[in-house]
Amino acid sequence: MIAIRPAEPADLSAISALDARLTGQAKAVYWQETLARYAGGPPERHFLVAETSRGALVGFVAGEVRAWEFGQPPAGWVFAIQVDPKARLEGVGSALFEALALRFKAQGVTHVRTLVDRKDHLILSFFRAQGMVAGPSLQLDKELS
Amino acid sequence: MKLQTATRLGLYATLELARDPAQTLSSADLAERFGVSTHSLAKVLGTLSAAGLVQGGRGASGGYRFTGNRRRVTLMDIVALFEPAPGSRAKEPGEDTEIGAALQRVLTEIDEIAEATLRSVSLETLLGSSRVG
Repeated sequence: MIAIRPAEPADLSAISALDARLTGQAKAVYWQETLARYAGGPPERHFLVAETSRGALVGFVAGEVRAWEFGQPPAGWVFAIQVDPKARLEGVGSALFEALALRFKAQGVTHVRTLVDRKDHLILSFFRAQGMVAGPSLQLDKELS
Repeated sequence: MKLQTATRLGLYATLELARDPAQTLSSADLAERFGVSTHSLAKVLGTLSAAGLVQGGRGASGGYRFTGNRRRVTLMDIVALFEPAPGSRAKEPGEDTEIGAALQRVLTEIDEIAEATLRSVSLETLLGSSRVG
């Protein structure tokens, strides 16, 4: 049984370790700052974790409602989502996404958005399975030489 | 995006059979459903069968059923069976010129986005969103 709850400062090491294991990059300071900004922060910011009945952290999601970001009306943005591979295909990612979407909806926004590496087929498929489709914006990029 | 007829038929047939993996449909049933000849569909079903996505019974009454994994198989897996692989196409005249190369970069960008989209949609996701699965 998985429970979804708001993240707490004590979750930092488990969040940081899970992300480092999945991405191969340790970002302890980044997660410390993100957690400080989101957990217990303004009501438009959300940082949720999924934990087992034994208290093991198996996933997290972070997002916030932003108004007029890139000229777009207020929408809920998903900035990060990670699920322990051992807990995948058990609905943990979907439960986290739905919990975040519910909070966004409660704040009156009608759309949820994110940015995904187009070569990361796993995460792209995950968001597609949540019903997400191509949004109104195109991300553009330029290498600075 | 323009897909070859065989690709479109491959997608139709796979999705139709994947709607209910327990069902068996003959190539004549499928051809009638999509308004095409059984001849056009036979080769397509052969390719899908060789890829392990469908299994066909022998004889006139033999039908096809879906044998893949709806959650794992993506639209790109089927498209790749019928369309040339990215990078495998022959160079077009003029591509080696400065303008040709610049144009090709834009076309490659479009191809990459199309491929990412097709690869991100599983049969399960598509059938779920169309509420027919």
